[in-house]
Amino acid sequence: MRRIQVNVNGVTYEHEVEPRLLLVHYLREGLNLTGTMVGCNTSNCGACTVLLNGESVKSCTLFAVQADGHEITTVQGLQTNGDWHPMQTAFHENHALQCGYCTPGMILASVSYLKENPNPNEEDIREALEGNYCRCTGYENIVKAVQQAAGQTS
Amino acid sequence: MTQAPERYMGNGIPRKEDPNLVTGKANWTDNIKLPGMVHMTMLRSPFARAKVTKLDVSAALERPGVVAAFTGADLAEEWPGGVPCAAVVTEEQKTPFFPPIVTDEVRHVGDVVAVVVASDRYAAQDALEFIEVDYEPLPAVVNMEDALKEGSPLVHEDFGTNECFTYTANVGNTDELFDRTDDPGDAGAEIRGPEVQGQGDTDEAFRRANVVIKERYIQQRLLPTAIEPRASVAYPDPGHDGYVIYTSTQVPHLAKIVISLATGIPENQIRVVAPDVGGGFGSKLNIYREEILAVVLAKRLGTPVKFVEDRSENYQATIHGRGQIQDVELAADSDGKILGMRVKLLDDMGAYLQLLTPVIAISGAAMFPGVYTFDAFSIEIKGVFTNLTPTDAYRGAGRPEACYAIERAMDSLARELDMDPAEIRRRNFYEPFDEPTANPAGLMYDSFNLQAALDRAVELADYQSLREEQRRRREANDPVQLGIGFSTYTEICGLGPSHALAGLGIGGGGWEVASVRMLVTGKVEVATGTSPHGQGHETSWSQIAADVLGVTPDDVEVLHGDTGTVPFGRDTYGSRSLAVGGIAVYHAANKVIEKGKKIAAHMLEAAEEDIEFEGGKFSVAGSPDQNVGIGDVAGAAYLGNDLPEGMEPTLNETMTFDPPNFTFPFGAHICVTEVDTETGAVKIRDYIAVDDCGPVINPTIVDGQLHGGLAQGIAQALYEGVIYDEEGNLLTASMVNYMIPGAPELPNYTLDRTVTPSPSNPLGVKGVGEAGTIGAPPAVINSVVDALSPMGIRHIDMPASPMRVWKAIQNAQGLQSGDRQEDASLGASAAGIKQGGDA
Repeated sequence: MRRIQVNVNGVTYEHEVEPRLLLVHYLREGLNLTGTMVGCNTSNCGACTVLLNGESVKSCTLFAVQADGHEITTVQGLQTNGDWHPMQTAFHENHALQCGYCTPGMILASVSYLKENPNPNEEDIREALEGNYCRCTGYENIVKAVQQAAGQTS
Repeated sequence: MTQAPERYMGNGIPRKEDPNLVTGKANWTDNIKLPGMVHMTMLRSPFARAKVTKLDVSAALERPGVVAAFTGADLAEEWPGGVPCAAVVTEEQKTPFFPPIVTDEVRHVGDVVAVVVASDRYAAQDALEFIEVDYEPLPAVVNMEDALKEGSPLVHEDFGTNECFTYTANVGNTDELFDRTDDPGDAGAEIRGPEVQGQGDTDEAFRRANVVIKERYIQQRLLPTAIEPRASVAYPDPGHDGYVIYTSTQVPHLAKIVISLATGIPENQIRVVAPDVGGGFGSKLNIYREEILAVVLAKRLGTPVKFVEDRSENYQATIHGRGQIQDVELAADSDGKILGMRVKLLDDMGAYLQLLTPVIAISGAAMFPGVYTFDAFSIEIKGVFTNLTPTDAYRGAGRPEACYAIERAMDSLARELDMDPAEIRRRNFYEPFDEPTANPAGLMYDSFNLQAALDRAVELADYQSLREEQRRRREANDPVQLGIGFSTYTEICGLGPSHALAGLGIGGGGWEVASVRMLVTGKVEVATGTSPHGQGHETSWSQIAADVLGVTPDDVEVLHGDTGTVPFGRDTYGSRSLAVGGIAVYHAANKVIEKGKKIAAHMLEAAEEDIEFEGGKFSVAGSPDQNVGIGDVAGAAYLGNDLPEGMEPTLNETMTFDPPNFTFPFGAHICVTEVDTETGAVKIRDYIAVDDCGPVINPTIVDGQLHGGLAQGIAQALYEGVIYDEEGNLLTASMVNYMIPGAPELPNYTLDRTVTPSPSNPLGVKGVGEAGTIGAPPAVINSVVDALSPMGIRHIDMPASPMRVWKAIQNAQGLQSGDRQEDASLGASAAGIKQGGDA
């Protein structure tokens, strides 16, 4: 077992964890932060995407111990004083989700990407989201949502 | 309660479902944690077919955290019914016993050999490695044509054959049309002389030339791939006899029955809850061995049991879609008018029959004639067992297969006759109609205006300019050629009239139920028997109820998916929910108004026939000031102390709607591709879809359904396909090697609508969930073939990967091309068949 200290959504946690414990399982089962989901176990689908020090990572292919000393943001930490992040609003307003299972990962990947490139064109957004699969929407409305959020945050 | 003068139906209001989903508050099955909960993990077969010669779980039981481990023999008494199949399509159908855990022989990779229960999922997974198991591998059969050969290995030796069933249907005399032609399977077309039997009886008809198109199409297996893998939590119901199972399913109500049949636990002691469900696409229209096992183990161990599959298990053990070899013949006169169609299908069952496995192809059988009217039609379907994962419903379930066959054949016919593919479709369309009209297979189409949809699509595509551009590129020998592909489709939705479902071999019970409950504060609960998993029923049902009751959608709470709280319903699949379940909501809400009028008349001291209802208010005709709001009427109904003589208190109404007919959405799609003849890469430049699903309740949701459906249809055409090797090993066993399209692979869509109401229900709605998946595959492949047709290429199998396209070009140009790995279950058989211009 290894002792780790992780700041998740602004709260600092200390736990003893097995070195092999995946970060996504630490978040879901250790911290009960069930907004982060497992979709593929192979880091292809992106349902488990979280922000590590502000950058998107796939929490099904990181160990919890690799998050030791770092800051994690899950979808449950995106709101500010109860207000939705512009990306959450944009997903809602553009019907960029149906079943919603990929949505937290998709939103976090998009938030991270706009920090990197605040003024992307459609093709940029599509390329940037290639690591996040959605089986419901066909992506068109997701791309529109990211464009809307980019307009609001840039 | 807000008074609401406006109409909500027809408006694309943002979804009520979204807030929980965008903030991470959804209630997925895997989120559920209960005191004492243990985790269940399967030991799965690595062989497609083998005898289990030794099995000992005792070492696993010694591992840390392990609570229990069982073999099939340990638990066999717990599942007298096995995993049930609800479909019987012929009297001779062979239905194998399907045990949740095998006891002697494994029949596909991923078949279940033993189960371990431990304190957490890591401990359960670790313990699997300590189960001692020996297999004696046996020859497996992995493709259907081999399976039907004399001396083939048998998936179920007891049956003495791999044939599950043979289903035939004949309308008119197709043999007369076809029997003077060569053997089926000899792909290609031939122009016939004048000794033709047409449907007309004039001398002129006999002088017309007859064209016979013969094609073989392969419907590759697909992995439905809901992004949420299957998950279940079963536990003894505290305070009651019986069990609760939370499960990621489309069909909680069906699950209640099936789990009871499988386990012998009385139905009234089983409560099934579908919490938030992360996509289904047909794959969760089933009751799986793992769900049955979770209940059985909760019973044995007296504690909550959780199962969550990983993605590789999902690909090995959740049903696959499609899996057909289609031999299709079309006879036409020289004007391109179809005279008849003959279809022979081999349909891959896999190793067992899941809930609806045998009926999938049958449910598409009558759809092969598509949107074209002609007289003679026959079909033969053979269901075939193979040592592969069972197939069952995947988005469209039988109809995409049928649509693909007729729409590809129509393009072949157009090419043979040197006709425009839009024109040949127009010549065979039904004239517009709005009352049920029989199709060549005897199905009663509800209402069509195909011409309007196709005209609009052609206009949106700027079709003549595209043909002009295509001509220029051809003349210039542009390495990137332009393809224009059509698909005019219909699908069968609104499942369905109970008598018609009985005819299909699935018993009946096609109705849907809704309760509309006016609460004492004027708020509304709608309890529906549908079970959404992304379709937005909470929003759309609220819009329907709000308009009828004169409230706002926010005043309405939609309850669903819990057999403990909603009336027993028939769930969500086959684009049935709106056209059956939404209509039940509409009727139940209208019943509330009818009763409300009686109460209002009593309150206003007026005659019931003088009461009018509008904008949430009951008023006396001619005296609008004399009125009472629906909230006050609900309050009076609840108090019950001053109601009309003999009236039951409360204002709750339930309606069970059994539709008189199916609904048939239709549409016209045009796919414009750019095909790089040097690399084989296909790019969809434009995709125009004009769909007619009748009047639309929420256009934003409808467009979303179309986007997603088109994406899955394009995925079948260009990207996805299950690959097995000759031994039955699944090579596409994870998302690393199964090509789910991501955002860069898919286009934006140009959507438009025509509106032709259905006579099957009072709102005229038709359904839209599968339209895109049905219309898209032939539009895409027709487009690719159109781009390459000057090279003599007439066919490319799905998925039309760059390698396949490149190879077809090389072959057409007489160049050598290397072999590639083909799927042994279908692709290899496809590769072994002479294809029109592909060779």
